[in-house]
Amino acid sequence: MGRYVIRRLLQMIPVFIGTTFIIFAMVHALGDPVAALFGDKAPDPAVAAQIRQQLGLNDPLIVQYAHYMKGIFSGNLGYAFNGQPVTELLKTAYPTTLKLTIVAFTFEVVLGISLGVISGMRRGRFADTGVMVMTLIVISIPTFVIGYVLQYLFGVKWGIFDATVPDGAPFNALILPGFVLASVSLAYVARLTRTTIAENSKADYVRTATAKGLPRRRVITHHLLRNSLIPVITFLGTDLGALMGGALVTERIFNIKGVGYYLYQGILRQNTPTVVGFVTVLVIVFLLANLLVDLLYAVLDPRIRYA
Amino acid sequence: MRGATQAKFAAGAIAIALAATACSSSGSSSSSSSGSNANGVVTAWWGDPQNPLIPTDTNEVNGGAVLNMIFEGLQHYNPKTGAAELANAQSITTNDQQHFTITLKPGWKFSDGTPVTAHSYVDAWNWGAYLPHAQNNTDPFFTSIQGYSDVHPASGTAKTQTMSGLKVVNDNTFTVALTQKFSLWPDTLGYSAFYPLPQSFFTNQAAWEAKPVGNGPYLINSWTKGSGMQLRPNTTYSGTYKPKNGGIDLKVYTDSNAAYADLQAGNLDIDNGLSNTALKTVQSDLNGRYLNQPAGINQTISFPLNQANWNTPGAKLVREGISMAIDRPTITKVIFQGTRTPATDWTSPVLGTEGGYSSTLCGDVCTYNPTKAKQLIQQGGGIPGGQLTISYNADGPHKEWVDAVCNSINNAMGNTNACVGKPVGTFADFRNQIQNKQMTSAFRTGWQMDYPLIQDFLQPLFYTNAASNDSHYSNSQFDSLVNQANAASSKATAVQDFQNAEKLLVTDLPSIPLWYQNGTVGWSSKVSNVSLDPFSVPVYTNITVNK
Repeated sequence: MGRYVIRRLLQMIPVFIGTTFIIFAMVHALGDPVAALFGDKAPDPAVAAQIRQQLGLNDPLIVQYAHYMKGIFSGNLGYAFNGQPVTELLKTAYPTTLKLTIVAFTFEVVLGISLGVISGMRRGRFADTGVMVMTLIVISIPTFVIGYVLQYLFGVKWGIFDATVPDGAPFNALILPGFVLASVSLAYVARLTRTTIAENSKADYVRTATAKGLPRRRVITHHLLRNSLIPVITFLGTDLGALMGGALVTERIFNIKGVGYYLYQGILRQNTPTVVGFVTVLVIVFLLANLLVDLLYAVLDPRIRYA
Repeated sequence: MRGATQAKFAAGAIAIALAATACSSSGSSSSSSSGSNANGVVTAWWGDPQNPLIPTDTNEVNGGAVLNMIFEGLQHYNPKTGAAELANAQSITTNDQQHFTITLKPGWKFSDGTPVTAHSYVDAWNWGAYLPHAQNNTDPFFTSIQGYSDVHPASGTAKTQTMSGLKVVNDNTFTVALTQKFSLWPDTLGYSAFYPLPQSFFTNQAAWEAKPVGNGPYLINSWTKGSGMQLRPNTTYSGTYKPKNGGIDLKVYTDSNAAYADLQAGNLDIDNGLSNTALKTVQSDLNGRYLNQPAGINQTISFPLNQANWNTPGAKLVREGISMAIDRPTITKVIFQGTRTPATDWTSPVLGTEGGYSSTLCGDVCTYNPTKAKQLIQQGGGIPGGQLTISYNADGPHKEWVDAVCNSINNAMGNTNACVGKPVGTFADFRNQIQNKQMTSAFRTGWQMDYPLIQDFLQPLFYTNAASNDSHYSNSQFDSLVNQANAASSKATAVQDFQNAEKLLVTDLPSIPLWYQNGTVGWSSKVSNVSLDPFSVPVYTNITVNK
């Protein structure tokens, strides 16, 4: 197990270098970032040349990348155009997005799995049909529509929640955005859980457990759910990274200054250090979440072992 | 959790009840604007500034709005008329329109208590112009000062650190020598690039950048980058535009729709970043608490006169025809909800007729006439290259109107392929193509004035080899009329000469005027006296908070 973890961690290094280089090259390909600094006016060629030199933009791409990587390993992720170090931006953005992700993830796990279990245990009945119709509606409506509608109803019209999230992003202000962010994944989790529960409820070991006279509750939580959760956990694991990256839309709607906001700004202003810095951390989150999922398999199903 | 939700519900219900009672009494209390709360704080829409808040480095609205609150320069533009009036300067005198003597009002202080002296200006200007500081807001503001090319050469390294044209006489007086006559120069001094800087800027720039110190009506109380800024009245401020409120809290919004939701929910007082979607319903949503007025911004379509096939006498007729084929009134009404005004010249209505704006100058050329348009284009030998493309940057809100303009031209030509929009991925790439003379057909251009002067709408854009001459237009007659205007001894003659130069644009048409952009602002029922200045920025000092 320990060896497996170490191997997986070592595999992350080439993935990390590859992804950062691809992102670096892609932002670079967007064009000259200096021209965007001057608004609708033509850049002063002397100043533009000066800035290019200061930012090292005259070097070949590979040299710029090497220079950037050197900075990363000494803890310097570069600077945004307004002079703020990217590490500082990361420090303000990631905790905010993490909070939002936690709220969304909680919705996804608690609501998604409960709905899935209820619906899977009562196939064909009213509760099941209700859940299926509801999830279908959520899946087919784009997130930003759900977001704006809920914001208008709950924030503007009824005043139950704040229309936008205030500074510091307290948890109670994140309930509505968290729900919006979770909505689509929540629907998938519910449907996925329903299917596996429905499948496994006919399995031999469930029949055995029931025949042993175990209480229904125990059969569901200890036998049925434990096995049924493996595909759900796989989905949740990859979704954790997707939630953080996909928060862009939700963060814009509710004015949350998290990862999505800074990424958007970074792309708009073609600021390579900002974009690469944020995406790099996202890549690490993805990799760690995947590792965690793989390790959880072994916990859920003792038959799965890693050498 | 459940209790909290119910408390929220109750709070919501109370808020609705309060709002309802406020509404019912507002009919009778419209005369209560005198009853304002001088300590009330106004919350206002804001976006993250792109660069550090150094006056010579800021050329976008978000940073500019703050600079104008925390600084006051030699001149100040009247928020209503746009006219330059003396602020920190006691007098600005000249005998030859080229050498100026500037005297400061005594006793002015920065908000850290240090005095504003002639050095505060001269040092700030020298610092900003010095090439290694790479400030992106120096051209054309300092280019007219003698010695600029020594501190900021077009290529190579700077020879000196100070401009020879700037001389400090004593604490309250300094002189400026320009490279050539420029009669309207004193009127440019209200622009933010000319603001003074306190000693603390030069001794510890990083600390100053974290919390800028100025001499204006407000001071920065706190600033959380990326989130918001608190501005409070500056007690050491000596000017005439004293704040009538207890301060301004600027809130950074990532999206204009989020700001509008906050405005409607009562969490925001001033919103001058209204989106196109909000504009459709803003009148009824806000009960008339909405203003839509022309700003010093115009939009044009420019042609690449550096391309041989666009620089022929026939192409001139074609450009005239294209201009006549555009139905400006309908497009501004349908696409822009009336927040653009069809253009009649190359300046802006904010200048006023005295300042050089004309409602007739472009005349028939800017008037929709599809039959004449088709005739002119055919007479000129058809569109160069067979098809007109209008380039625009796809990361901005331009697709809709470019398509509408093309549609209008296609209808006039009776040919669905006469004109198509040509998106360019990013703004930077779009600028690069213009800069590198790669444009082969028309492209969108826009101009936001730096100061309310006709000179600013013409010289930087159409003078031979001027910095923002995107169409690469060159006409010696135009140049000499501009020179003549700059040498004029009175403002009235200068304006007259500039208008004569502008008349040449009607026949040459290096660009065709489309419309003037309006500024819009919506506000909450908590505040009164909201207005926009000629730059379409809210006049923050005038806003009062209702009792």
